Amino acid sequence: MQKLAIKVEGLQKSFKGLSVLKGVDLEVEKGSIFALLGTNGSGKTTIVKILTTLLRPDSGKAIVGGFDVNQNPGQVRQAISLTGQFAAVDEMLTGRENLILIARLRHLQNPRRIADDLLNRFGLNEAAGRLASTYSGGMRRRLDIAMSLVGNAQLVFLDEPTTGLDPEARIEVWKIIKELAAGGTTVFLTTQYLEEAEQLADRIAILDKGKIIVSGTLAELKKMFPAATVEYIEKQPSLEEIFLAIVGANQEQ
Amino acid sequence: METTRTYFLTDTAIMLGRSLRHVFRSMDTIITVTLMPIAMMLLFVYVLGGAIQTGADNYVNYLLPGILLIAIANSIGYTSYRLFLDMQKGIFERFHSMPIARSAALWGHVLTSLVSNMISLFIIVLVALVMGFRSSAGVLEWLGVAGMLALFTLTLTWIAAIAGLSAKSVDGAAAIAYPIHFLPLISSAFVPTATMPSAVRIFAENQPVTSVVETIRALLSNQPVGSELWLALGWCGGIVLLAYLFAMRVYRRAN
Ligand SMILES: Nc1ncnc2c1ncn2[C@@H]1O[C@H](COP(=O)(O)OP(=O)(O)OP(=O)(O)O)[C@@H](O)[C@H]1O
Ligand SMILES: [Mg+2]
Repeated sequence: MQKLAIKVEGLQKSFKGLSVLKGVDLEVEKGSIFALLGTNGSGKTTIVKILTTLLRPDSGKAIVGGFDVNQNPGQVRQAISLTGQFAAVDEMLTGRENLILIARLRHLQNPRRIADDLLNRFGLNEAAGRLASTYSGGMRRRLDIAMSLVGNAQLVFLDEPTTGLDPEARIEVWKIIKELAAGGTTVFLTTQYLEEAEQLADRIAILDKGKIIVSGTLAELKKMFPAATVEYIEKQPSLEEIFLAIVGANQEQ
Repeated sequence: METTRTYFLTDTAIMLGRSLRHVFRSMDTIITVTLMPIAMMLLFVYVLGGAIQTGADNYVNYLLPGILLIAIANSIGYTSYRLFLDMQKGIFERFHSMPIARSAALWGHVLTSLVSNMISLFIIVLVALVMGFRSSAGVLEWLGVAGMLALFTLTLTWIAAIAGLSAKSVDGAAAIAYPIHFLPLISSAFVPTATMPSAVRIFAENQPVTSVVETIRALLSNQPVGSELWLALGWCGGIVLLAYLFAMRVYRRAN
């Protein structure tokens, strides 16, 4: 058994002359939470789309769940599930119907029971019979994530799962993600919130200008930060400061 | 291969069920697609009908084929609209990241158009019967009518699919319906072409809708269909094939 859930080498992608990914390398261990950190437009969603077989890379190699995204997209799809950047729920269906739909499309036994379990787990019981168009942003996102968990994929992609949520809803989503990882699922998430990466991730990679400029555990990243100098109280740098320092240095080059 | 094919059919059926729910849950769709043509039929028969000379003894009989085509033309904007929303809201991305047949999502929309049109056409025919529509057509002719209407629906639906898949906005997606609305009006659907000015008449007599109308009219009155049938099949068959290939290309490229 290999230990890696995802292995990416030299990934490149450009859109009509705009080079977005300029050789991305990354590795994600099985059962870990991996956070890809980057500013708006840095290419996070592009990476997620390539790894989930929605986009073809121009060059480079990506192995996801043991299969090459270019050569065996069908096998990759068997292994993964995706929660895209914008909640993709069917607004004309109820919460329960949305979940049943996905369970049936995954050809699972007993779609109703699966839906009820997830509705319970995500606190959507009361709203289960209402059209998703009446849901609040937080409920919609929870339903969206619940839909991705139908079928228990071994590898879950979450593209900015908490953007636009209030702090309470965000903490709820964090809890779900931690539970997922505790159950052995590999989680690949993107975020703009440094705190989110600090909270959740086993490993963090920072994407800037189409390349991964740093990656490692939070402790490793903190070590790379220039040592504190003339200060009376020793202050641990937050990930935010690390990020700004590194991105700043990268811009000066 | 075997499993892919079985899944394609079941997946498409699931997609069809989903999108039919959308149709039945939106009053707007039902009104435009079923009630509007009925209102039009009432208007033509009871308000304008007295002034229109068709040579037929029963104007409802003359009118019905055109009304049915109007109903189909009215409906296809919704196919574009629903396709566009699925693209825009990331629903297709969700489906495409799952292990399901790729084109099932698209076929689901196309078959929804077919099924919902067949239902609304059936209702319109029932209303026409109440209004005095009579047909001497036998089972075979009725099957012919159903087949012609289904082919016409698929033709317009695949054109609508191209619009829905390539549109940049909701309005753009629905805009495809407008020019298509006019085709039945500038044909022999409501009045004989003989009364039209020559330029309009040349267009009216040589556009696809006229051959479809004439074929259905002949079948319903148990007359020989003649060359109109081949013309209608040629038009629709040719256009549906081109539209299908083009829509599939847009679909694959967009995803
Ligand atoms: N289909 C496309 N066609 C053209 N350009 C695109 C396309 N998709 C993405 N881009 C461009 O690629 C760049 C990276 O986009 P991407 O969506 O991957 O960024 P992101 O890191 O996810 O940003 P955000 O935080 O805003 O979601 C952006 O400049 C974007 O405009
Ligand atoms: Mg993004």
